[in-house]
Amino acid sequence: MKITSREVLADSQGVSIVKLVIQSPAIAAKAKAGQFVVLMVKEEGERIPLTIVEADPGKGTVTLIVQEAGLTTKLLAGAKAGDSLYSIVGPLGHPTVIKNYGKAILVGGGVGIAEIYPVAKALKGAGNHVTVIIGSRAKGLLILERELKAAADDCIVMTDDGSYGRKGFVTEALKELLERSKYGLVYAVGPIPMMKAVSGVTRPFGVFTLASLNALMVDGTGMCGCCRVSVGGKVKFSCVDGPEFDAGQVDWQELSSRNSIYNEKEKHICRLRNAG
Amino acid sequence: MKKEPVKAKERDSAARVRDFEEVVQVFSEAEALREAARCIQCKEPKCVSGCPVGIDIKTFIGQMAKKDYDGAYFTIRRKNNFPSICGRVCPAEYQCRKACVFTKKGEPFASREAIGIHFLERFIGDYGAGKALRVKAAGDDALSRVKVAVVGSGPAGLCCAGELARRGIKVVVFEGLHKTGGVLRYGIPPFRLPRDILDLEIDSLKKLGVEIRTNTIIGRVKAVDELFAEGFSAIFLGLGAGIPSFLGIPGENLCNIYSANEFLTRVNLMSAHKYPAYHTPVNIGRHIVIIGGGNTAMDAARVAIRLQHMNGIEPDTTIAYRRTEIEMPARRLEIEHAREEGVKFRMLVKPEEFMGDEKGFVKKMRASRCELGEPDAGGRRRPVVIPGSSFEIGCDMAVIAVGLGANKILTGVTPRLKTDKYGDVIVDPETMQTSIKGVFAGGDIVGGEGTVIEAMGMAKKAAGAIIDHLGRKAD
Ligand SMILES: Cc1cc2nc3c(=O)[nH]c(=O)nc-3n(C[C@H](O)[C@H](O)[C@H](O)COP(=O)(O)OP(=O)(O)OC[C@H]3O[C@@H](n4cnc5c(N)ncnc54)[C@H](O)[C@@H]3O)c2cc1C
Ligand SMILES: Cc1cc2nc3c(=O)[nH]c(=O)nc-3n(C[C@H](O)[C@H](O)[C@H](O)COP(=O)(O)OP(=O)(O)OC[C@H]3O[C@@H](n4cnc5c(N)ncnc54)[C@H](O)[C@@H]3O)c2cc1C
Ligand code: SF4
Ligand code: FES
Repeated sequence: MKITSREVLADSQGVSIVKLVIQSPAIAAKAKAGQFVVLMVKEEGERIPLTIVEADPGKGTVTLIVQEAGLTTKLLAGAKAGDSLYSIVGPLGHPTVIKNYGKAILVGGGVGIAEIYPVAKALKGAGNHVTVIIGSRAKGLLILERELKAAADDCIVMTDDGSYGRKGFVTEALKELLERSKYGLVYAVGPIPMMKAVSGVTRPFGVFTLASLNALMVDGTGMCGCCRVSVGGKVKFSCVDGPEFDAGQVDWQELSSRNSIYNEKEKHICRLRNAG
Repeated sequence: MKKEPVKAKERDSAARVRDFEEVVQVFSEAEALREAARCIQCKEPKCVSGCPVGIDIKTFIGQMAKKDYDGAYFTIRRKNNFPSICGRVCPAEYQCRKACVFTKKGEPFASREAIGIHFLERFIGDYGAGKALRVKAAGDDALSRVKVAVVGSGPAGLCCAGELARRGIKVVVFEGLHKTGGVLRYGIPPFRLPRDILDLEIDSLKKLGVEIRTNTIIGRVKAVDELFAEGFSAIFLGLGAGIPSFLGIPGENLCNIYSANEFLTRVNLMSAHKYPAYHTPVNIGRHIVIIGGGNTAMDAARVAIRLQHMNGIEPDTTIAYRRTEIEMPARRLEIEHAREEGVKFRMLVKPEEFMGDEKGFVKKMRASRCELGEPDAGGRRRPVVIPGSSFEIGCDMAVIAVGLGANKILTGVTPRLKTDKYGDVIVDPETMQTSIKGVFAGGDIVGGEGTVIEAMGMAKKAAGAIIDHLGRKAD
């Protein structure tokens, strides 16, 4: 559970994204694209889920990429190489179904870019033609561009402010691609409004669309029911039934409001910490 | 001439609702002796037949009455690894005490006059733990060379581990969470089962040589076959019934509607009541409704009302249950304690729908009134909705405590392991062996939701069968 390396990938406009490599041979040996871990930074800490971005069974390490959101991710981003985490468990969730879909588009927004990276590599390995569309608010927040360019056949970069790549949202590029050619899969990870917008764009084209949901979690093993989401009118536990679901079936409104359950409390804890 | 039963002292409800300290106090020696002296040492003691693991109750009470506390401790430990735990959580009023001769015929639960067996067991358990009376591992050459894997560190897994370790077998317990104990830690609150008691019992296993690996989910990092390949000669599955059931009614996913598992885990395992010193949050409503009538519902209600007190909120926590109090599966003591602590009870109420505000937070519950109909297969009278009786209860938080189902995280990836329609693991009732040779199971993953002592009973049976299995293998 030792952090073997730490690298800051982005740090601008008050957003900080950090890459951590963690020693965990058992998880590294089994992790597949699409899966995640649940970790605790310290004993008093929270259990939070993070995607396994890379696993190296040889070295026995897993790579996580984390964006500072609240206290736990802040503590994690502030950790140094050599520090140890209190706990880490995984790999959790269903692996992404990797098969030949023909042509696939992977859409990543913000830190979601990290989460499409392992899927892009796996799909490419299965013989797919892979296009990635990655987007961020501004140039300084874009991560893994080089890696994704190497992993995919095409890589389109979008920024909200036009400071790099094309100006605009990832959905614009997605719509253009779908209008021009046929795709077997669209896979999206990012903020909820982005994933919802992606599902809106793909619906008229009838393309199979998966989104990896970021529901709040506690145990990550199906025991608590905290991560429940409505998909196609049925209640699913995203830690064990997901985290990926058919994007067109997800109740985005419910997911978004359930993710705000602790907003008041979390603001308070961060204020306390910043003051202290 | 009958003597008055001795009741264990309890902390005053006004004080205890402000913290998570233990409510029921342990007997003083004088109290224990007085209560033990009431036992008439029946020639054919009925109490023993009421105990799922068959503790020789008559003998241990007899030893206590003679102040042979060490003897009493070892009498219990022969059948029960964790007297301090069972003495606190066993539903004695349905078990040994109900069978005691002092229980009047035809009463649904143990009579007041029945011997306070659980209080005595607890006194002796704490005494033994305090004196560090330890059951030693017996050196058994043939067995000391074999390794057994135990999956899950709830009462079933811990009990099985203890039984095997006592025979000198090397046991490794794998637990998915970061802490051991299963429901004993994440479900049952510290005011019923203090954490130092739990830690002490688990420590005694470690001293017997049991190795415990937390953060390890079998079926994820290791498959059953991989455990065999690593040299484990047998495997015990004590997976528990981990999945919370919901009501399946509209609005159930609104914000601030918790499953009891989530609510209790946040507080008991993650210490959310100490937020922000501990980082896991939990919301505390002003008007809290708990749905259900089992131990889980009582625990959730008592935790909820404590959180309200501790946060300066005018306490308002209500348990809504479909039947009447007599049908509630909870321990009688817990129902009594919840009531003393100010929890309100609304019986014969069936939730129909939750309604929320524009932000998606729950604001009220619509429910129907019920009356009791004919008894169902289990003998409990079935609730029947009274048509047109629907009404609303305002609530800004709800906890659903209506039962648990089987956790499929291991069984789902082990197709050779046969399960029934509920997802419970199918075992041979004599040996607790599953459809895979050398793999045994017990506890809630076999019987569905049960009790701590039933889980331990199954684990003991499995441990015996595992030893037989190993013996045959060793030859
Ligand atoms: C399967 C899964 C994989 C994930 N992978 C990654 C990853 O690879 N990298 C990464 O940076 N993050 C990832 N997340 C999100 C990450 O778990 C949250 O950012 C983290 O839990 C926030 O914890 P915190 O204590 O720092 O923030 P908090 O103080 O808990 O929250 C700060 C703010 O973020 C919001 N928030 C908290 N958790 C989430 C969430 N799960 N989704 C959306 N908003 C949330 C809160 O409502 C609040 O407004 C993943 C989530 C899931 C479910
Ligand atoms: C809130 C609540 C209150 C209760 N109160 C009482 C009471 O007062 N008296 C009473 O007698 N009974 C009570 N019960 C019931 C009792 O707790 C259970 O019957 C008992 O805990 C079952 O024990 P178990 O060992 O089978 O499972 P559990 O206690 O559920 O333990 C299972 C353990 O296995 C772990 N696990 C599961 N799958 C894996 C895997 N694949 N790999 C590794 N680890 C895994 C889980 O994390 C867990 O720690 C209560 C239950 C609840 C929920
Ligand atoms: S049945 Fe009651 S009185 Fe008789 S031995 Fe058992 S505890 Fe004592
Ligand atoms: S996080 Fe607890 S059930 Fe999914």
